[in-house]
Amino acid sequence: MKALLTKSLVAGAITLSTVTTAFAANITGAGATFPYPVYAKWAEAYKAKTKTGLNYQSIGSSGGIKQIKAKTVDFGATDNPVKFEELEKDGLVQFPAIIGGVVPVINVEGIKPGQLKVTGDVLAQIFMGTIAKWNDAKIAALNPGVKLPDTNITVVHRADGSGTTAIFTDYLAKVNADWKKNVGAGAAVKWPAASSIGGKGNEGVAANVNRVKNSIGYVEYAYTKKNNMPYLNLINQAGQTVQPDDTTFAAAAAGTDWAKIPGMGTFITNAPGANSWPITGASFILMYKEPGNKANAAEVLKFFDFAFKEGKKMAADLDYVPMPDSTTEFIRKNVWTKINTK
Amino acid sequence: MNTSQSSDMLTPQAERILKIQKIQDFVFHKSTLFFALSVLVALIGIIISLVVNAWPALSAFGLGFFFTVEWDIINGQFGGLIAVFGTVVTALIALIIAVPLSFGIAVFLTETCPAPLRRPLGTAVELLAAVPSIIYGMFGLFIFAPLFAEYVQPALAGSLGQIPILEYLFAGAFNGIGILCAGLILAMMVLPFIASVMRDVFEIVPPVLKESAYGIGCTTWEVVNKIVLPYTKTGVIGGIMLGLGRALGETMAVTFVIGNAHKLSTSLFSPGNSIASTLANEFGEAEPGLHYSSLFALGLALFAITFIVLAIAKIMLARMEAAQGKKT
Repeated sequence: MKALLTKSLVAGAITLSTVTTAFAANITGAGATFPYPVYAKWAEAYKAKTKTGLNYQSIGSSGGIKQIKAKTVDFGATDNPVKFEELEKDGLVQFPAIIGGVVPVINVEGIKPGQLKVTGDVLAQIFMGTIAKWNDAKIAALNPGVKLPDTNITVVHRADGSGTTAIFTDYLAKVNADWKKNVGAGAAVKWPAASSIGGKGNEGVAANVNRVKNSIGYVEYAYTKKNNMPYLNLINQAGQTVQPDDTTFAAAAAGTDWAKIPGMGTFITNAPGANSWPITGASFILMYKEPGNKANAAEVLKFFDFAFKEGKKMAADLDYVPMPDSTTEFIRKNVWTKINTK
Repeated sequence: MNTSQSSDMLTPQAERILKIQKIQDFVFHKSTLFFALSVLVALIGIIISLVVNAWPALSAFGLGFFFTVEWDIINGQFGGLIAVFGTVVTALIALIIAVPLSFGIAVFLTETCPAPLRRPLGTAVELLAAVPSIIYGMFGLFIFAPLFAEYVQPALAGSLGQIPILEYLFAGAFNGIGILCAGLILAMMVLPFIASVMRDVFEIVPPVLKESAYGIGCTTWEVVNKIVLPYTKTGVIGGIMLGLGRALGETMAVTFVIGNAHKLSTSLFSPGNSIASTLANEFGEAEPGLHYSSLFALGLALFAITFIVLAIAKIMLARMEAAQGKKT
């Protein structure tokens, strides 16, 4: 009995010591679900190289902001950027880490992916419910030669608050004055269309669009690809028709001058440029200027430095768009220098 | 009188045993009382925390909160009517469908079922109650809703939807998911609860009553209608209330199939929202403030509704048991 007790005590001590060392070498983050796959991939590669692990909890953008404010994590992550004044008030800095696109997806019999194209204005009217049928003259005028069914459109939106919704409604508010006035933009809005359904998460919206005939929804690009969903092409600010993929997202991001935006917090919506996908957004990282755990904060910066330098291929493999070099250089020189890690 | 006599006759040893037993009884009584009271404390704690968190919303919008349609997160306008309406209507649809079916199941199992089938069928009904609600939700969204949209909704719109007044209930797009679909899935979920309670209370009817009725030439229906039902009336209603309680609070399955739209519509085909589904969807991302507080106010409303339903059920069950005690 006594021997057993000693054994278990020793075993306990060993476990305890390994746990503490593991904690010391781990950085923690929480927030946005959209970049989770790429952060996980980066973390795996980073751990293989440096033995430092990342514990990232994808609890949603609002949750990420709450957690960093509660100082329970080394960094917070959000798709819905925090305003500059608020950053200053809380002593936080913000920088974009990865770029992705939001894509309108449809389920209309006989329509193939990318076969239909709409302008942002028409898209907003569809989501407002003012265009209620697929063969509406406004859709038909943009798509001569496509046979459109005489069926009612069902709008599918996010039921939960979401950064995806924030990017999408930001775009609709930019291109349609009625939307801006009556609905607005945010992580959750009052969806005006008479026939609308809410789904929980990107996967909930994808599932509903797949199952409800004549529906339209919006999801992150990765979900379009994963579920092989018919998407809409969009006519961008330059009047060009673009299809959603990493080149058009990158083109949109290239036109964004991050240096001019205080706190770097912006959606890349309705971006200029002939090849720009108009509903693009970045996922942001939030950190304290005076972090509680300076060693961990330094490790977080090293992690993102690694991700920016060596994580590009990993990001592209997962259908994300890595930050352009000019932007990462700007982040290194102007944002990370504000964080006191010593 | 009798007891004092008998205790006079007890040996000292027996008296000692009696004393120990009295102490044991006392300790047992007090400790179980403590356990029971701790439940009450938890209950009161939940009510207080709900009220405290709901207070900002209730003081901002008043009692009108529960009768206001608006749910606008950006502009900070909140009202609970859509969610309360969705909760009550889906639960009622569930009862309208589940009660007659449960009644049929219970009558068959207790009156007309061949003995070898009785146990397997009864167990099957109980097993249905053990299926986790997320399974019902997945079944509802991925299998039931598409079939419902393809076949049932057009049929309903083509038949009942042609009748004046009723046409408002069966109007709109055939999406599959919506208030009616949520009600049907809930019916499936509460059916085993109601059926097994009904079966249990039907079984406590004294055989002599039923046999007498059969003896004077009553049909099975007459026995059920005139003997079994009057005898078990309160128990049956108690069982229905238990089912209603589950239907009101069901979260996951409803979130899958109700459509999650903050909209009030006369049509049962249209998507809506229940209190539980609103909470499940919005709590994670709600910012502290009126939105957060309004969600707590909805939780309070749900608590009040289920509390009333369960209280009525308990009272009825208690009465039934008392009546049962008198008769036998």
